[in-house]
Amino acid sequence: MDVQRKLEILADAAKYDASCASSGTEKRDSSDGKGLGSTSPGMGICHSYAPDGRCISLLKVLLTNACNYDCLYCVNRTSSNVPRARFTVDEVVKLTIDFYRRNYIEGLFLSSGIIRSADYTMEQVVSVARKLREEHHFRGYIHLKTIPEADDALITEAGRYADRLSINIEVPEEASLAKLAPEKDVRAIRRTMGRLRLKLDEAQDNNNNNKTVTKAKPPLFAPAGQSTQMIIGADAADDKTILHTSANLYGSYKLKRVYYSAFSPIPDASRALPLAAPPLVREHRLYQADWLMRFYGFDVGEIVDDAAGMLPLDIDPKLAWALRHRDRFPLDVNRASREDLLRVPGFGRKAVDRIIATRRVTSIRAADLARLHIPRNKALPFIVLSDHRPQPHLLDGAKLAERFRPKATQLGFGF
Amino acid sequence: MHHITLDGETDFDGWRKAARTLVLNDVSPADVTWRVQGDAPELFESTTPLPDPPNATFNVPAKFVELVKAAILHRNSERFAILYRLLWRLRGNHDLLVVATDPDVAEVAAMAKAVHRDEHKMHAFVRFREIGREQKSHFVAWFEPEHHIVELAAPFFARRFADMPWSILTPDVCAHWDGHAVSITPGVAKAEAPTEDRLEETWRRYYASIFNPARLKVKAMQTEMPKRYWRNLPEASLIKPLIESAERTASAMIAHAASEPHKSQKRQEPPMKRKQAADDIEMLREEAADCRACPLWKDATQTVFGEGPQNAQVMLVGEQPGDKEDLAGKPFVGPAGQMLDRALDEAGIDRSKVYVTNAVKHFKFVPRGKIRLHQKPNTAEIKACRQWYERERAAIKPVLVVAMGATAAQSVFGKITPINKSRGRLIDLEDGATALVTVHPSYLLRLPDADAKAQEYQRFVADLKIAAALLRKSAHAA
Repeated sequence: MDVQRKLEILADAAKYDASCASSGTEKRDSSDGKGLGSTSPGMGICHSYAPDGRCISLLKVLLTNACNYDCLYCVNRTSSNVPRARFTVDEVVKLTIDFYRRNYIEGLFLSSGIIRSADYTMEQVVSVARKLREEHHFRGYIHLKTIPEADDALITEAGRYADRLSINIEVPEEASLAKLAPEKDVRAIRRTMGRLRLKLDEAQDNNNNNKTVTKAKPPLFAPAGQSTQMIIGADAADDKTILHTSANLYGSYKLKRVYYSAFSPIPDASRALPLAAPPLVREHRLYQADWLMRFYGFDVGEIVDDAAGMLPLDIDPKLAWALRHRDRFPLDVNRASREDLLRVPGFGRKAVDRIIATRRVTSIRAADLARLHIPRNKALPFIVLSDHRPQPHLLDGAKLAERFRPKATQLGFGF
Repeated sequence: MHHITLDGETDFDGWRKAARTLVLNDVSPADVTWRVQGDAPELFESTTPLPDPPNATFNVPAKFVELVKAAILHRNSERFAILYRLLWRLRGNHDLLVVATDPDVAEVAAMAKAVHRDEHKMHAFVRFREIGREQKSHFVAWFEPEHHIVELAAPFFARRFADMPWSILTPDVCAHWDGHAVSITPGVAKAEAPTEDRLEETWRRYYASIFNPARLKVKAMQTEMPKRYWRNLPEASLIKPLIESAERTASAMIAHAASEPHKSQKRQEPPMKRKQAADDIEMLREEAADCRACPLWKDATQTVFGEGPQNAQVMLVGEQPGDKEDLAGKPFVGPAGQMLDRALDEAGIDRSKVYVTNAVKHFKFVPRGKIRLHQKPNTAEIKACRQWYERERAAIKPVLVVAMGATAAQSVFGKITPINKSRGRLIDLEDGATALVTVHPSYLLRLPDADAKAQEYQRFVADLKIAAALLRKSAHAA
């Protein structure tokens, strides 16, 4: 089998992993003339976009899609009849370098099916990174999948070469994982996430202590941290459960990101799973809710309406929250606290920063909303400006919610 | 009227010098026109020569310089005048830049943003093609930037591809890297650039394979990768056919019933663990790993079982594992553990000879952002977990049990036991062993007052010394 065919199979096998970030790592480049590559710590770079709207930043492949496990939601499960392939270590290294030199990618995202044992698989994955870093002095981004239960020395080595490590929690509820992925063990996954966090903390402590003492850099451990992915819609978990799992994972393991991946029909799918178009809108709402938890000061318990258990699909979660808490509005934009401003529908973090800077000098009027990139129609019912006050009964009326519901459109693939 | 001619489209220094002179001469923005060398000259207008810049000076915020350096690269031909107008107004109102709602500020900010976005897109969408092979290869790209950003964007490529000679050709100017420095030459026609590369077919296959036809989101793609970039992206020729076949491919996956699977593997039920009359600590530990006697296991990482030699004379009982202990799977490894180690050492007790455990073996907490707030276990949880404490004690058979804190005391005595009434003296247990009650080391960590902390620490050590004395006595007796 030639490398192109292998690439097709092993990229096809890797595409259900949503993570493609290349941001948030340490600053590196090759201006010393000894290596190849650099990182872009601030934003990360998306070198292309596929028509599924997803960014292509890294060469995302599996080392092999042969797998001992039989996870029903997975295209690579042992009982699937998809074609199988396996890259050699050198093939992945060469592809990474060749793509990188042409500026197609920021680096490599390498995962693998579980073959032989956790340690054997992890050693294979690590040896690609080792070769890239040690032999080719590759300074680009590397994301490695961590195999739960892999030996501690292998994980330490993986963290030395990789910018990011990740382990997928797979589904929101432990009970459904036991059903869908009988060989996987949430406890082993969590223990490994815990081990990663201890190593991340230790590296950070060393780094902090080291700043003033010596110039020599202490050994790094995955400077872009760890992340995980949850598949949405393969089991019956509701959004409330999903977000509680996320909050627990963020708090416990200091994850940089929890990726939500709408369960999508796969070639040769299992009969036990919903074969339908992936719940993309739900996935989007979960990301919005995740942002509310991490950047907008919302507690996990207040995002989802307890009675419903699900986020509404037709309006965003912040707007839904505001409609449930109308007594907290209208809010005077020229006086309100930062915490309160962040809760106004349509107000992003940057807009709030600008409002706070601007209002020290001059008051904010309705005409300014456009220059602050705030959608007027969404925000106006909830705010007071120096020349605007919502009609007294607007906030109490049932019509307010109607105003935001999108007009019925034909469902289907967005085009 | 003043007509300023700048040396080029990106002549920040020229603009700065002229603008400074104009402002210091009180020339209103309405009385200045701006052009670039080589543009058509203004007809029928005569230029008033500028007086030499007076020695006076004035300050602008650093942010302004940063903004102008970016905005001046915008292709908007009015940009020099807009920037001058902003400078003019800034002199009278030093806070102007923070007013995001001001039309001039908003416009300049938008121009700067557009320039940085274009720079970012250039970093992303330049595609090098290799000329020659291996040792003598040269990487050449053709790119059509929206704004005058080639010089701005070039250092990025120099830092990234320091070990290979490259050229980025554009209609405006070209940037080259020879391994030592970036050089800029005049723009060229597209025909000068190479038209193919041996890796492009492989790259296209990757692009097609990483695309998931079941989640078509063309708009999202186009927002980030606008069509105007497509003509220079080798993979873009696939976009149309991939979209056209997506729905068919996705429906086929849905319609296609799963084929007969390979023999599926059944999860092996874990073998039932034998219950023994006298538990071995290692077997207890394994058994406790799957404990579901209360709901605390669910949010925690793992059961944190006791640790220490099977023949330990002392068993120290704490409340419950904390954040660190939950991650590491070992008791007393966090801050409270360090406090305990120090106190044990001072009291003359070797920690490696002590069995250390907790009354409750899962971490109880609520997540708050990136941290976990410790929650006190309730009576039901303490009760549910007590079996493990009892079996540990039966296996270790210590001479002395030290209960640290109220939760531990509740577990050791089987009832709520106030610390202050019982601490600091030896208490006989029913089965002949002895118990000692003291505070939990994390209590010492929480005391805000340094004096109180030192005092309480000494009391804690004093309690542990009682334990040490008993140990010496029992060793002597044996």
